[in-house]
Amino acid sequence: MLYIELSVANRMIEDVKSDDQECCGFFFGYEIATNRTITRSMIVNNSTTQNKQTYFEISVEDYMNAERFAEAQNLRLLGVYHSHPNHPAIPSECDLEMAIPGFSYIIISVIDKKFVKIKSWQLNERLQFEEEEIEFKEEIEFILPSLN
Amino acid sequence: MATVIIPTPLRKFANNAARVRVNASNISDVVNQLAVHYPELKKHLVDTSGRIAPFINIFVDNKDIRNLELEHTQVVEDAIVCIIPAIAGGSKPLNKNS
Repeated sequence: MLYIELSVANRMIEDVKSDDQECCGFFFGYEIATNRTITRSMIVNNSTTQNKQTYFEISVEDYMNAERFAEAQNLRLLGVYHSHPNHPAIPSECDLEMAIPGFSYIIISVIDKKFVKIKSWQLNERLQFEEEEIEFKEEIEFILPSLN
Repeated sequence: MATVIIPTPLRKFANNAARVRVNASNISDVVNQLAVHYPELKKHLVDTSGRIAPFINIFVDNKDIRNLELEHTQVVEDAIVCIIPAIAGGSKPLNKNS
């Protein structure tokens, strides 16, 4: 299960919906067993040299900044989000080819600059994408797991 | 010993370690040392021919090994080796000719 604080989900959607090019960023939070909770996001530049309407790439520098941010904030870098302008929120062949295990991949579908759908995907053991269920929360209260 | 920084998504294949110390003289050695301790990790670092996978970047002391000597890049004592996944995608298939 992927829990997303509503304000963070709204920010990610706002970041991407008015752009007809693919937008991208990272998200952060914490992970307990198979549950992930997103509490922060960070939009970054789409650095691809290909057509930005259909491709995205994140620079090594932006990736390293995201890792440093997570460490400084005592959060976990949980994954990457990107938009699919005028395409569904389903991973493409290209998304699959470039995906790595361990990350959640959020895809936001935007049609004619209007938000349509947000979905999250993770690679399974066969390195195929599986959809992750998303639950939005108004405010997330972090409860430490019991030490007993 | 060199310090290898493991990126967050691959830490689950390295007992959740963020940093690993290895005795290695070049990048091939680094990968082999990691493979000894974390066999699952190696699958995500190299392709079937043993070369660094195209979606993995490796930097030695902030220098991309693709601009150095790839797997033969020297790793000196106290070097910092960063493994960085390439993050990319798109709504259309990749144009492999571009």
